[in-house]
Amino acid sequence: MKIQSLEDLRAISRKTGKAIYHPDAVKVNIGMASCGLAAGAQATHDRAKAEFGNDTGIMICQTGCLGFCEQEPLVEIMAPGKPRVIYKNITEDKIADAVNDYRSGAFEKKKWILGQMKNPVGITETDVSDPQAGLTPLEDVPVLEEIPFYGKQVKIALRNCGYINPDAIEEYIARGGYQALMKALKEMKPAAIIDEVKTSGLRGRGGGGFPAGTKWATCAKHHGTRSIICNADEGDPGAYMDRSILEGDPHSVIEGMLIAGVAIGSSRGFIYVRNEYPLAVKRLVTAIKQAESLGLLGDNIAGTDFCFHIKISTGAGAFVCGESTALMASLEGKVGRPRAKYVHTVEKGFRDNPTNLNNVETYANVPPIVLKGGAWYAGMGTADSKGTKVFSLCGKINNTGLVEVPMGVSLRDIVFELGGGVPKKKRFKAVQTGGPSGGCIPEAYLDLPVDFQRLAEVGSIMGSGGMIVMDQDTCMVDVARYFLDFLKEESCGQCNPCREGIKQMLGILTDICAGKGKDGDIELLEELGTMVQGFSLCGLGTAAPNPVMTTIRYFRDEYEAHIRDRKCPAGVCKALFHYEIDPEACTGCGVCAKKCPQDAIAGEKKKPHLLDPDKCIKCGICYDACKFDAIAIR
Amino acid sequence: MSEAHAVRPDSDEASLAEAVDFVELDTLIDDEFSKDKENLIMMLQAIQRRYNYLPKPALTYLAAKIGIPYSKIYEVATFYSTFSLAPRGRNIISLCLGTACHVRGAERIRERLHDILHIDDGQTTDDKRFTLESVRCIGCCSLGPVMKINEDMHGRIATDEVDKVLGHYE
Repeated sequence: MKIQSLEDLRAISRKTGKAIYHPDAVKVNIGMASCGLAAGAQATHDRAKAEFGNDTGIMICQTGCLGFCEQEPLVEIMAPGKPRVIYKNITEDKIADAVNDYRSGAFEKKKWILGQMKNPVGITETDVSDPQAGLTPLEDVPVLEEIPFYGKQVKIALRNCGYINPDAIEEYIARGGYQALMKALKEMKPAAIIDEVKTSGLRGRGGGGFPAGTKWATCAKHHGTRSIICNADEGDPGAYMDRSILEGDPHSVIEGMLIAGVAIGSSRGFIYVRNEYPLAVKRLVTAIKQAESLGLLGDNIAGTDFCFHIKISTGAGAFVCGESTALMASLEGKVGRPRAKYVHTVEKGFRDNPTNLNNVETYANVPPIVLKGGAWYAGMGTADSKGTKVFSLCGKINNTGLVEVPMGVSLRDIVFELGGGVPKKKRFKAVQTGGPSGGCIPEAYLDLPVDFQRLAEVGSIMGSGGMIVMDQDTCMVDVARYFLDFLKEESCGQCNPCREGIKQMLGILTDICAGKGKDGDIELLEELGTMVQGFSLCGLGTAAPNPVMTTIRYFRDEYEAHIRDRKCPAGVCKALFHYEIDPEACTGCGVCAKKCPQDAIAGEKKKPHLLDPDKCIKCGICYDACKFDAIAIR
Repeated sequence: MSEAHAVRPDSDEASLAEAVDFVELDTLIDDEFSKDKENLIMMLQAIQRRYNYLPKPALTYLAAKIGIPYSKIYEVATFYSTFSLAPRGRNIISLCLGTACHVRGAERIRERLHDILHIDDGQTTDDKRFTLESVRCIGCCSLGPVMKINEDMHGRIATDEVDKVLGHYE
């Protein structure tokens, strides 16, 4: 069947909507994106199939990522006439009990239940009246939307992740999918689509933050064979929202690219995916084939003159290829070296023709904007940053996972309310945003409303949305060294300031961490940093000193402790600390002695133990293992 | 475990490696990638999938076949970090050194791997059992520190569990 009209989409929606909201049987939805799989979701799925595969009253299904990665594997269970309940940490040994707990209606596994879903309807759905009508909420079961992690979230880019089977185009359509494309094709002029995107205030979600509408308009103005590129080379360590969207809702990105194709006047699209994301590629391939089979991709889409083809290319492990000109060079089969942008890529990009490049999350935002209007989107956020942004919370934080919140929510809310703060009662030290091009923001700025402008004011950037929380055990000098080591490896090497500057800065930082720091090193780092910022060719180089500059700005005392006192207060730089057992705190439980790979710890039971500094290799196993804080960093 | 060393791409060991099936390679370039130079990176990926590294004879053949100098292919193959010009081990350890894993102790995992296997980044054990390749973020940041062995993800690994995990791979 080839879809020709909105009515065709609605017919599929009506048919599939029933399976999504009112299944005939008990439906067990297992979250099977990469983080779920890393936590054991495949085994959970296999066990569920083995246990209930022959039971016609139970359907075992897969879905994408519900965002709460800390509690993976997550399993959602629903049945006719009953609210849907999400169970957490359901490893293979628990799945049968979880299903039986739901089926029996007992809900006795309180500790396994994350919550019941109050409103599963997606933001682009127009024809679901009330999917929860007639359902009485369960007593004593928390409501998902009232849990702090989900409380402030507004899901636009992540609207379908964890709600649909990513390998089923019908389920995407059932949640309002491809209606925006139909509207763009049949009811709107290309200029009107661009105006809507301009009105929305949508800015590039990949890091640059350039207004998407303006980019589209400029690209449409230039003549040539235009290309639409999706940048899925999510390289910032600590950011994985693009992976989650591609794995959980690939059609949202395809639809966004199609709309860009209509608006800009292009018939060819490219998705450049990181080599490290094999599952995302697999899901995209399936999605493209399905869209083609329904006539939503290919020639004469929905019976119009519009043709659009998408090709997937995979990267081969080069961070710099996230930069637009490097990415285009890589797409052409060359090494990914950026070029100076005297001529912008919207004029001469891929194959020297006009090219529009946006990232995954940006495209995923487009269908709702077209469907609900730019003004609706611009109603959220701050003066210069509209809409919502997905952040990945990771590092030293309790609730690791993906959250989508309106721009302008404070860092404190994100880290402490949604994120649940720092584990093990440790002290919060900083939150790192913007990946290797960003900076470390200290506690003093936690009340900062998060948007493009405000993050830049404190020396960091929005980047692609990774937020890595650091606590008292994180050494800020080591973090700066870590990022420069990363950037030294990833610098393409063609321009001097970046190639040599980063190397020199790294050398100084490595010396400081090794206890060979000298007076004047900090000033030299600042001088070199300013040079690299000012004279590098591309974004990688100009932003490379940010992690060093912000850590010097906010944590100068740590640098001084390393250089003057020859101490690493966080206990990371091995040359600058040693472990000791605090006899007051040690209970003599013997856990550390048992775990030490060097046999460096000894002592009588129930008496304070002793650590032999000559044998100790500072691997930190004892420090992590001690429940009584008796291993001290000196 | 025996001492390990890095294999140089032009060493005897590389040239003695598995013979390249040129007919198969030819079909691959023609059918899957329609001889298009723009598909070079994906061709190299396909060759690496087949041989577990990029054998030099395959690359020189590829150069002649699609009409670009070998030096250009060498440039691409050495620019991108996933390509290996030397034979790799039976099991590939991809240790994530992304920021989230770093602050959660990935460096200690690397040291532990070094203590057990005596190899550094990019090296292969003498018995060809393991190759260690650090990667910058696999995107499983919530489960850090993460180590991927072949296609299996191992999340939240503790330093003292490394030994046990490695034991699953022959």
